[in-house]
Amino acid sequence: MTKMLKGIAASDGIAAAKAYMLVQPDLSFSKASIDNPETEIKRLEASLEASKKELEIIKAKATENLGADEAGVFEAHLTILSDPELIGQIKEKITSEKINAEAALKNVTDMFISMFEAMTDNVYMQERAGDVRDVTKRVLSHLLGVTLPNPALINEEVVIVAHDLTPSDTAQLDRKYVKGFITDIGGRTSHSAIMSRTLEIAAIVGSGNATSEIKDGDQVIIDGIEGNALVNPSKAELADYAQKAADFAAQKAEWKLLKNAKSVTADGKIVTLAANIGTPDDVLGAVDNGAEAVGLFRSEFLYMNSAELPTEDEQFEAYKKAIEGMNGKQVVVRTMDIGGDKKLPYLPLPEEENPFLGYRAIRISLDRQDIFRTQLRALLRASSFGRLAIMFPMIATVNEFKQAKAIFEEEKAKLIADGTKVSDDIEVGMMMEIPAAAMIADKLAKYADFFSIGTNDLIGYTMAADRGNERVSYLYQPYNPSILRLVKQIIDASHAEGKWTGMCGEMAGDQIAVPLLAGMGLDEFSMSATSILKTRSLMKKLDTSKMKDLADAALDCETAEEVTALVEKYTK
Amino acid sequence: MAKEQQFHVIAETGIHARPATLLVQAASKFNSDITLTYNEKAVNLKSIMGVMSLGVGQNADVTIKAEGADEEDAIAAIADTMAKEGLAE
Repeated sequence: MTKMLKGIAASDGIAAAKAYMLVQPDLSFSKASIDNPETEIKRLEASLEASKKELEIIKAKATENLGADEAGVFEAHLTILSDPELIGQIKEKITSEKINAEAALKNVTDMFISMFEAMTDNVYMQERAGDVRDVTKRVLSHLLGVTLPNPALINEEVVIVAHDLTPSDTAQLDRKYVKGFITDIGGRTSHSAIMSRTLEIAAIVGSGNATSEIKDGDQVIIDGIEGNALVNPSKAELADYAQKAADFAAQKAEWKLLKNAKSVTADGKIVTLAANIGTPDDVLGAVDNGAEAVGLFRSEFLYMNSAELPTEDEQFEAYKKAIEGMNGKQVVVRTMDIGGDKKLPYLPLPEEENPFLGYRAIRISLDRQDIFRTQLRALLRASSFGRLAIMFPMIATVNEFKQAKAIFEEEKAKLIADGTKVSDDIEVGMMMEIPAAAMIADKLAKYADFFSIGTNDLIGYTMAADRGNERVSYLYQPYNPSILRLVKQIIDASHAEGKWTGMCGEMAGDQIAVPLLAGMGLDEFSMSATSILKTRSLMKKLDTSKMKDLADAALDCETAEEVTALVEKYTK
Repeated sequence: MAKEQQFHVIAETGIHARPATLLVQAASKFNSDITLTYNEKAVNLKSIMGVMSLGVGQNADVTIKAEGADEEDAIAAIADTMAKEGLAE
């Protein structure tokens, strides 16, 4: 019998392959007395060697996919595995106490872990405790004869089944082998979902129980369009899905023809379709999908994929690469958006009752100007390599914007005085994600060169509901007239001052929202690169004047459901 | 005859994971016994756990001692790593 799992469709595409469980195996064992320490030491040595071999593969993959810096952690793991003191102590324990290798290993590594964890004034050392723990797990898995899964070790076509995928997991996914994935948790905007669209692989998130319903090696079909997974499907079902996959590929090929076409409506109005990116490497995918700009470059990766604050030069190189890659098309970089759910190990933030209403984004930047100025200098230096725009996240008041802009001007003047080449037409704008800012958009429009609406936070703050909280996630309603009215107000305010408005949240690529946004006069739609061509194709069918009427009608609706029905009636 | 050299740690973060790894890798290339002494505690410089357990921070004064046939080269290589990584002077 075929088992069917339902989840949230995260990334278009159909995939059928064997399941690869990216799930932690059971590593429990009991302490035992042994008679022959030499045999036990041999077992230990064999496991150490096997672990080293695995780590070499993982390290090579990580170097290739993430760069040498990121691979550094695996180098550290390898060094730990070769540590003469550590190995010596484990062997000594096996011999003197006549205990099994598992117990001796755990005993010695636990001692080091507690030693490192006790260094509370030193975050680096505390992190090393994590390294020792990881290495211990790997060696234990070999001693116990179980497999510690790692995306880098995959060498055949699979679909990955996991509780959730971390950034380091997704960064190691090899598209050659990984055809799709399904996770237990997550939503359309969680990290794993965004990554699946960047990688253009079929994905389902938030299935609830994929890891318990699917077994390693099961045949699995992932339908990332509908959000359905079929476990051990029949021949007929496989054939159906092969047809569906072929249809989807044909449609994609049709969209591809629009790669170099202008984004223009049926009545000839030109809009900009841009890509959201997370790293400079994503520019490739953006260009490949016909992006006319980068509407959001999240600079967080520079801070999150690092063991310490990124230097000005490191940041400069990353920004330069992205700007050059876009070849004269605009790249909007959002300054550091840390805090909320994004934490940095080397920048301890105080525990807060409400992190999303707390010390985050521009609030940190204005307080820790050393960090902010370093980022601005790196951006300014990169500006002469193409067309840069900068925006500040989480602006709530006119004064915050003015203050951030003044710091920008100070650093710009300093660099020019030093003889550094800086572009003289860098647009400086802001994110519109706080309702307070939306309410005074007319005032902010006098100072900001542009607005970029961050819908995820704007909806969350406006509805006072956490999308991640299942009990209230029904309140996450992009089409609610309350949200649409704020969006309209922001766009109108910018136009009144001769400025422009973009949108860089999920909503910008949403097929229901796009007609409404076009009707409201949104200038730039920034989305996952893989949604661009689909949206360009939709845009061609839309008539601006009719959409304006549609949007006006939507603004007058009472509920999100009414709005959805209205748009569906129009686009059918 | 052992060879010794003193270092003053200048790196803001002290000898944390990455530089420690590099130092251990540099030391492991030599046959000599090499120790790192800080606060009167000596550890094997070929042991990453040993080095990290010292928690050497900025402005610490440490002594590195090598003893064996290639002790001269060992100290030179370690001093080189310290300088190249901006760790100590």
